Amino acid sequence: MQEPTHGGPRRLVHHVRAGDIEHGGLASAQIKRQLSGLGVAPQDARRAGIIAFEGEMNLVVYSTNGGTITVTVSEKLVDIEVADEGPGIEDIDLALTPGFSTAPSWARELGFGAGMGLCNIQANADWFEIHSHIGSGTRILCRIERRRHDASGHRPTTRT
Amino acid sequence: MNLHEVSRLLEGSILTESRREDIEIDRAYAVDLLSDVLALTDERTTLITGNISPQVVRVADILNVIAIIFVRGKRPSDSAISYAETLGIPIIWTKKTMFETCGLMYANGVRPCKNRPMAAPEG
Ligand SMILES: Nc1ncnc2c1ncn2[C@@H]1O[C@H](COP(=O)(O)OP(=O)(O)OP(=O)(O)O)[C@@H](O)[C@H]1O
Ligand SMILES: [Mg+2]
Repeated sequence: MQEPTHGGPRRLVHHVRAGDIEHGGLASAQIKRQLSGLGVAPQDARRAGIIAFEGEMNLVVYSTNGGTITVTVSEKLVDIEVADEGPGIEDIDLALTPGFSTAPSWARELGFGAGMGLCNIQANADWFEIHSHIGSGTRILCRIERRRHDASGHRPTTRT
Repeated sequence: MNLHEVSRLLEGSILTESRREDIEIDRAYAVDLLSDVLALTDERTTLITGNISPQVVRVADILNVIAIIFVRGKRPSDSAISYAETLGIPIIWTKKTMFETCGLMYANGVRPCKNRPMAAPEG
């Protein structure tokens, strides 16, 4: 989905259903394509696609009622928000630890559960925040600083 | 090696119709877990996998993977094949194991992709 705006930032909103393995990942592939269509550099669109995919599959595997991926594109930034309303993460530090996973066996059989999703999200974001509370849900905020199309390689590394 | 030669080497078959047999396969990455695929930083590489979940081709698309080799006789669904078709990502299907596939390809000049951890400091 693409909301029309007038010259300002563009906002793309995708809803993701819990447990929907059949379609899981399609929104992210589409986001990558939409970003390319909006003139985002290929490397940045790829990073955004990776972030969206890991967030999307976490919504599919863990969320109670699905969630939303919202991508906002402005001249210098791509902002990605992945949000759900539960169940929330008990120990965020633990969840961010490479290799930690509570993926159920059906998800492991499909190749999930490396415990690397949140790490991949962080590695591809120039800025990353995660908020999660049991009962109210999880919200991940990521920012990509867009490289200029003619820039020769280095991406900025301002992380907090 | 091109796609056609790799397929013959692996005694496999190319499942996609637009075969793009001339595509050059010079680098590869072998992995079953999706997040391990997504840690891949190098583009234009070939993906070797035994994972036939519907997500594999979507991940390959996001990462700009140039071809996918499915090993151990694991056949992706028809919808995954036609999705790859529309993306122009050719698929090879082989009964050989992951180990044998990698060994044969390495022996024939295919090299690991230059995968670096994205979080590593640059410069
Ligand atoms: N949206 C979410 N809601 C509830 N728990 C979550 C959510 N996202 C992640 N988690 C928890 O954090 C853990 C780590 O997530 P992460 O994405 O890093 O790895 P994973 O999903 O287990 O495996 P992978 O992503 O590598 O396939 C999960 O196993 C789960 O316990
Ligand atoms: Mg995950």
